[in-house]
Amino acid sequence: MIVVVDYASGNLNSVSKALKRFADNVKISSCATDILQAEKLILPGVGAFGDAVNKLRKLGLIKPIKKFIQSGKPYLGICLGMQLLFEKSEESNSLKGLALLKGKVSRFKANKDLKVPHMGWNEIVLNKKNRNAAKLFSNVKNKSFVYFCHSYCVADVEKKYILSNTIYADNFVSAVCAGNIYGVQFHPEKSQKIGLRIIKNFIELC
Amino acid sequence: MLTKRIIPCLDVKNGRVVKGVNFINLKDAGDPVENAAFYDREGADELVFLDITASFEKRNIILEVVRRTASQIFMPLTVGGGVRNINDIRNLLNAGADKVSINTAAVKTPILIKQAAKRFGSQCIVVAIDAKRIANKDKWNVFINGGRINTFKDVIKWAKKVESLGAGEILLTSMDRDGTKDGFDIDLTKKVVNSVKIPVIASGGAGRTEDFYNVFKKSRVSAALAASLFHYRELKVGRIKNYLKRKKINVRV
Repeated sequence: MIVVVDYASGNLNSVSKALKRFADNVKISSCATDILQAEKLILPGVGAFGDAVNKLRKLGLIKPIKKFIQSGKPYLGICLGMQLLFEKSEESNSLKGLALLKGKVSRFKANKDLKVPHMGWNEIVLNKKNRNAAKLFSNVKNKSFVYFCHSYCVADVEKKYILSNTIYADNFVSAVCAGNIYGVQFHPEKSQKIGLRIIKNFIELC
Repeated sequence: MLTKRIIPCLDVKNGRVVKGVNFINLKDAGDPVENAAFYDREGADELVFLDITASFEKRNIILEVVRRTASQIFMPLTVGGGVRNINDIRNLLNAGADKVSINTAAVKTPILIKQAAKRFGSQCIVVAIDAKRIANKDKWNVFINGGRINTFKDVIKWAKKVESLGAGEILLTSMDRDGTKDGFDIDLTKKVVNSVKIPVIASGGAGRTEDFYNVFKKSRVSAALAASLFHYRELKVGRIKNYLKRKKINVRV
């Protein structure tokens, strides 16, 4: 069973619809038991970092999510779901994220040339040295276009965790992986063929 | 590099696409999902559904259309038209819209922008601004109710206001150019783009491939939208993008 974590954040349906293209057993759930029993877990998310942390806490999902991750089964965080993997965000300094990866989430410095949110199609520059990049981005060409929609980004992470970078004024980290934990800043569920390919690749991870 | 977006807009009435009458290779010319699939294949970067259903009782039909579209088409979808309150926004997002566009309600109750941005995130709140030039002046007024009512608000001031309230994007339509095919209103677009730090979509006036080139070359607009031009297959999205690429405008081809 693939579980999409429901914490009343954003558009869960498009993520689950995309998954259902390749897998039969997909469940949207906010139940700790489902999370612990899942074979794969997806944390989608749009909206604000602090709100998301609060909702996950209220629903009592922080522990089950961490426990799932410790089990070594594949986990994918999408957009805010990737940012939540880190310790903290400029968006809400007082609230801690899942703190599974070291790094900080910061806001793009907007000006009239650099519009924020970073919204639209941009390229992912793959870190080919990373063996996990080869898995998640199997049959995805370097510099493929994917759809982004976010105001905050992960500016630096230990290099060995980086699966891809993207340029928006500066380089930011558009995909990460640490063991069984995957995170993508873009929306694979909105990235047409390329996005569906990435979702299929994630489903096929074991 | 972030690419410039080309966005087809579909007018949807009572769950059917209107205007699109002479499609080829479509089983049902008026089906929004089939139209969306067509634009998906064409390489459109996003889609906009503008719900122009007049009757209040039939307004829920759009939710079913959004649901069906989102289950088959994996590209960003914005839905606008008749969005009045937080509930309308939540229902559209839950049905599968990625962004919701607010026009009249934003003017009538600006706090709605703030509440919606806080609740759902700025990235999914688009404010649509219908702008009409004041005769012989370099100034534009904001119109609402489908362009029928002049609010006498200054477009630039309103654009800054919606940004400060938390809008994530502005869909800017030139009423003077809409339907004329004389090209986008570059003056208006430039002024708005240069006064805000959020992305702006230019709309109204597209008639030729050159119009798309001009608006991207002469302003820092993020995206360009057209409706009937694409409906009647006068221009194809793919052709515009290839042309732009040749002219060194950064697009996704």
